[in-house]
Amino acid sequence: MIYLDNSATTKMYPEVVETFATVANNFSGNPSSLHRLGEEASILMERSRIQIADLLGMSASEIVFTSGGTEGDNWVIKGTAIEKMPYGKHIITSTIEHPAVYQSMKQLETLGWEVSYVPVDENGIISVKLLEEALREDTVLVSVMAVNNEVGSIQPLKEIGKILENYPSIHFHVDAVQTLGKIPFNLNDYPRVDMAVFSAHKFHGPKGIGFVYIKKGRVLAPLLTGGGQENNLRSGTENLPAIVAMAKALRMSLDKLTDAPIQLEKQHKIIMGFLDNQSTVDVFSSSKGAPHIICFGISGIKGEVVVHALEKKGIYISTTSACSSKKQLNSSTLYAMNIPKRKAESAVRISMDVENTSAEIDQLVDSLQETIVKFKDIR
Amino acid sequence: MEKIYLDYASTSPMHPEVIQNMTEAFSEYVGNASSIHQFGQKSRGRLDRARRAISKSINAKPVEVVFTSGGTESDNMAIFQCARAHQNKGKHIITTAIEHPAVLRPLEKLESEGFKVTYLPVDSKGEVTTQQVEAAITSETILVTIMYGNNEIGSIMPIQSIGRMLNENYSHIIFHTDAVQAYGIESIDVKECHLDMLSVSAHKINGPKGVGCLYINENIHLPAMLVGGNQEMKKRAGTENLPAIIGFDKAVEITQRDQSDRKKRYTAWKIVLLEELKKANIDVRVNGTLDNKLAHILSIHLVGTAAEKLIIQLDLNGIAVSVGSACTAGSPEPSHVLQALHGQNGTAVHESLRISMGLNTKESDILYLAKKIIQLTKK
Ligand SMILES: Cc1ncc(COP(=O)(O)O)c(C=O)c1O
Ligand SMILES: Cc1ncc(COP(=O)(O)O)c(C=O)c1O
Repeated sequence: MIYLDNSATTKMYPEVVETFATVANNFSGNPSSLHRLGEEASILMERSRIQIADLLGMSASEIVFTSGGTEGDNWVIKGTAIEKMPYGKHIITSTIEHPAVYQSMKQLETLGWEVSYVPVDENGIISVKLLEEALREDTVLVSVMAVNNEVGSIQPLKEIGKILENYPSIHFHVDAVQTLGKIPFNLNDYPRVDMAVFSAHKFHGPKGIGFVYIKKGRVLAPLLTGGGQENNLRSGTENLPAIVAMAKALRMSLDKLTDAPIQLEKQHKIIMGFLDNQSTVDVFSSSKGAPHIICFGISGIKGEVVVHALEKKGIYISTTSACSSKKQLNSSTLYAMNIPKRKAESAVRISMDVENTSAEIDQLVDSLQETIVKFKDIR
Repeated sequence: MEKIYLDYASTSPMHPEVIQNMTEAFSEYVGNASSIHQFGQKSRGRLDRARRAISKSINAKPVEVVFTSGGTESDNMAIFQCARAHQNKGKHIITTAIEHPAVLRPLEKLESEGFKVTYLPVDSKGEVTTQQVEAAITSETILVTIMYGNNEIGSIMPIQSIGRMLNENYSHIIFHTDAVQAYGIESIDVKECHLDMLSVSAHKINGPKGVGCLYINENIHLPAMLVGGNQEMKKRAGTENLPAIIGFDKAVEITQRDQSDRKKRYTAWKIVLLEELKKANIDVRVNGTLDNKLAHILSIHLVGTAAEKLIIQLDLNGIAVSVGSACTAGSPEPSHVLQALHGQNGTAVHESLRISMGLNTKESDILYLAKKIIQLTKK
């Protein structure tokens, strides 16, 4: 079995599973309880928060735990909108955001907010110039993802940050779900970013847990209210086993990534080199994109058919993102990149992980070769 | 030193079988349940199975159960989304004074947006009556949200009778109950109670934290709160947290094993505790009454004893109980539930303990608790 659908979800590291089980077995208190079991749980939770903060160069008070990327995106976007209502109701985002961002924008539009969708070029990279032109007096939020989940394009966060330095009150939000454990990523390189959203199951941690970075001094209205946990920012009984397991997964993923960029880039080159040489293949990802994601299509063959053909060979890839693959809809990123519908329908996504070996990549290339040849006859 | 946990209403330890099942699920169900390949489909199949089992436990259809990140999210979603989607029909909501903060905070937020909320007072048993609810209904009423059983004093509300009244005379009004404490203790039938929405949280029934569900009657319109991908029948976006859902499924199965036995056990132990205390001439009163209570919760007023000091002393003796609910996030603010029962300045507000029992509770734990309360209050 060769699993190449790591942008949809990753397999939990065995050590992370162990951590989860250990905490579940031994720390049963509610961190908010006043008794000792509660206090033990609370200490462990804060230790995980510090560990995550240290690994990413943040401070612990800037980290709020959530149930994952979707909640994080929904919260930052709507929380900013509500918090900043007195100052304006205009938001800027890109045309290639994940549905968690895009649908949040759509929801706000029905409630009276105005959203500018800044287009991307043929490589899936947002136009910084058009973003700058879209800025207005009443703009309260700019939301741009770090790495696109469908084609792997890396967005120019530094340049956007530079422009936003002249607009200090605008919240700059980054959906960074596809970064950690995939590419070297440190928010200290992007000092203008105010909020960033992360999800543990994309870096070998558990599902149902993630965190939001909120820069000191920035304020968000809460989305989930109730018991007042997480400093009144996110109510709900704290998910301690998942939080501790997430911290462990983050440390392991970052450790493994230390040498991996070179390895991932090498594998990326091999696959891209192969695909570029096929006359019946359209490659949608750019060679300058994130090395773990490659989006392409065998022309005239529906993506689903290719997914199933490779599946028969024990190789698991996907049709663009898992969230939209249920819809008959074309990949929204490809649509935004002006790829014609007919081509977009053929799109499939390979998403690698540092755990994938070169032998696996060789086998992938062989299988792709066979599949491409087979479909040449069918067409 | 013995360690005795009597704070199950705050959170319950995960059952070893739940941990076992989840640990296996982490490696067995690798695929994202929304992916079209075979791993995805295997995950999807397991997800559907859990949904069937959990929906059956409340006599709902599988399509009526939406998985969430827990009780707080379920309550927030039920209240916010119902209010916003139905505000064209009216802006009045009826609830009780003793709801959980996960219900009260969203209602307060809605009040600030122009909704009117009636907070029904409770009687000396901690209950509201169907007549009270009916009397509060106006032509503007769109939602009635009343908890099934209270988390601090265990009082059970006449949900079936309220449901029947609403169904007969006001079928346009949506009826929600927070069953986070009642689920697993009481047998709940959403159809018999004419419920439109019901919130459940897994960690109260020895399941994992970070997962719960909201039952939504298929005939009512409730748009998603967390938007993004098309998961959960488009009612709740976010990568499905399958391992936790599998743990939830197991926990549900475990609660059904000896539900009526457990109820009898806990009820008998409450009497044991009260008798022991009375034998030692301790002035103890039950907050509410003993009958018609959630079997696992007992709130007692120890006349003349400062509760906060006592729980610290009990804690030093290895016994975990609580003053009110843990969910007020460690803040020892006076309990709004006890205030509703005894008046704002009633002495009981600061002299009450909540004891809550669960799967591992033994009679000897209760006897030990009685002994320690006697020792510590006599000092
Ligand atoms: C870029 C991006 N943002 C947000 C999400 C949503 O995260 P989650 O599945 O944790 O809700 C995903 C993954 O599905 C993603 O790839
Ligand atoms: C009655 C009631 N409702 C809601 C909740 C919130 O549930 P959760 O902690 O799963 O968010 C709780 C427990 O904390 C509760 O006791």
